[in-house]
Amino acid sequence: MRFLHPGKSFSVELLIYLSNFMTTTISKLKLKPLQKSPTGIRGLDEITGGGLPTGRPTLICGGTGCGKTMLAMEFLVHGAQAFGEAGVFMAFEETAEEITQNVVALGFDLKALIARKLLRLDYVHIDRSEFEETGEYNLEGLFIRLGYAIDSINAKRVVLDTVEGLFAGLPNQAVVRAELRRLFRWLKEKNVTVIMTGERGDGMLTRYGLEEYVSDCVITLDHRVVDQVTTRRMRIVKYRGTTHGTNEYPFLIDADGISVWPVTSVQLEHQASNERIPSGIDRLDTMLGGQGYYRGSSILLSGMAGTGKTSVAATFANATCRRGGRSLFFSFEESPSQLMRNMSSIGLDLQQWVKKGSLHFQTVRPFYHGLEMHLARTIKLITEFAPDVVIVDPISGLETTGNALEVKAALMRLMDFLKMKGITALLTDLTRAGNAVDRSNSDISSLVDTWLVVRDIELNGERNRGLHVLKSRGMAHSNQVREFFMSDNGVQLKDVYIGPNGMLTGSARMAEEARERAQQVSRHEELERQQLSLERKRIIIEAQIAALRAEFGVEEATTQRLITQEKQHSASLALAEAEMGRNRQRDVVKEKGTLALKNERKGGKA
Amino acid sequence: MSDLSFASEPYVLRLYVTGNTPQSSRAIKNIKTICDFYLKDRYNLTVVDLYSETERAQDDQIIVAPTLVRHSPLPIRRLIGDLSDTARVLSALDVPTPNSARET
Repeated sequence: MRFLHPGKSFSVELLIYLSNFMTTTISKLKLKPLQKSPTGIRGLDEITGGGLPTGRPTLICGGTGCGKTMLAMEFLVHGAQAFGEAGVFMAFEETAEEITQNVVALGFDLKALIARKLLRLDYVHIDRSEFEETGEYNLEGLFIRLGYAIDSINAKRVVLDTVEGLFAGLPNQAVVRAELRRLFRWLKEKNVTVIMTGERGDGMLTRYGLEEYVSDCVITLDHRVVDQVTTRRMRIVKYRGTTHGTNEYPFLIDADGISVWPVTSVQLEHQASNERIPSGIDRLDTMLGGQGYYRGSSILLSGMAGTGKTSVAATFANATCRRGGRSLFFSFEESPSQLMRNMSSIGLDLQQWVKKGSLHFQTVRPFYHGLEMHLARTIKLITEFAPDVVIVDPISGLETTGNALEVKAALMRLMDFLKMKGITALLTDLTRAGNAVDRSNSDISSLVDTWLVVRDIELNGERNRGLHVLKSRGMAHSNQVREFFMSDNGVQLKDVYIGPNGMLTGSARMAEEARERAQQVSRHEELERQQLSLERKRIIIEAQIAALRAEFGVEEATTQRLITQEKQHSASLALAEAEMGRNRQRDVVKEKGTLALKNERKGGKA
Repeated sequence: MSDLSFASEPYVLRLYVTGNTPQSSRAIKNIKTICDFYLKDRYNLTVVDLYSETERAQDDQIIVAPTLVRHSPLPIRRLIGDLSDTARVLSALDVPTPNSARET
């Protein structure tokens, strides 16, 4: 393996050698990759590459109300419930009752876990006013207390929330620092995975510089207000001995606790589906190569206000549900009940699907959360609901939350995510007055696969709607503008009238069609009239022909009689002449001689 | 005069120590000296070794060793350290020492 191949470059050989060397060295040292304890928190295990370092302390720091305690508690509860690791929660700020009460909303039954010896809560009460310093001391009491708690349930996980209480509660900071250092050494020796929380300080990660005791893993939580909108973010500041995500990741705290949504995939690796999914409008399917959209494609539907974008979107959702699929409808402008009422006016009964659970409306305005947060929420909901079709009505609603670049990036991530999941997305986009209809506000037209444009056609004092397919990747789509209108039976498309006066829609089209029909009728009548007169003419002519024929018959008969008489006359004349010749003994002139005579006459003439 | 007001009420004290560490031994020696001198026959002292009664740390909210808790008279007082600062111990325990203060 080590000898040089003539074809291989030296550097490749060197690399192989080095990697072999390193492998053997590592195996000699018996180094194992860093062990990690999964937190069970969605997304956090992804960005940490498996969880927090096992047997080592992790510092979680951040400002007030950023979710430190929540994260720490979830670490213990998931550890107990999902990974069979018991945990000790040592609280310095809240009593055991308060903590138990706080997590009830998340569905965590701490009392049951305590009863099953999977959890131990210990509230450490420190009140500086109660303490009187009378000489040398140490924190051995805390060690004993924590050690007893750990040993009593054989805990593998420990949370200290937050040891800063010691700094505030004890007069001698030097003792506290020395003892904390000893505490973390001792905890490492006990091989428990520790989360220590810390309040953000001025110009440093924590107020009392806790980061100096924890060198293995530091995670900061953040609750930042930008443009009056708060977004929770999480960042791994350091994680010794392992790779980790370095970005700031938005995270959510909701009824399911904390979830991190690292939506930063920029790769285009999704599988393209050949399956088609009908749009719910037959004529539109015809326009899209006869079968509708591609499954997993993204469709942009842009148009001015009141052009029926929502109706097209709702029709798609309705059709999907009717085929037994699931639709998720993000509506930023209408409440579900308003939307359902409005759609019932065009014959779409969306209520039934909501009742069945196959249609879900999400109607939180995006600026309520901020863009990142909104995206994270959206993706969480999509993951949970697992729809076939996602409708965002309209994406212009997102523009209130960030600048154009951010919105585009967010939409791109959302669309990538949907494509990876094979979910068909229909995004509506409101074209602002004055903008060209074929320019989408968010500049995402290059990202979408199918782009439908609904537009106003203003003619003869009325507005009508036209729909056309601006682009549709991978299918032979129609290039025609279709008139688009809503009836009791839903959205329908009709051919527009193309006449000598150009494209007509609405009542102009109807008038034109009526005029054309009238013209056709009169043309038809004219034709019939002409046919009749022709017939009459034929009869007349035939009568004339008969008369002429009769006349001709008479004439013919007369002429024939004359000819016969003449023939008889000439015959009798010839007979008489022959008789006479015989009498005078004349020589016989043959028929041939007559001919020769005729020829001679002809030749003479020539 | 003030002696009379406290005379009826005994001092109930509990000292939490951690085994035989120097601090623990000092604390035990110091509190005994103080009690015998200032609170003769008026006190009830219990010494708790946290190493042998580990669950007491959580039950009695102890984190510092040594800790002396005055349960009676109320309010509860917590004295931390090896109790070598006699003046602070006396003032923290609210032991009336008008005579001794003059003497020393």
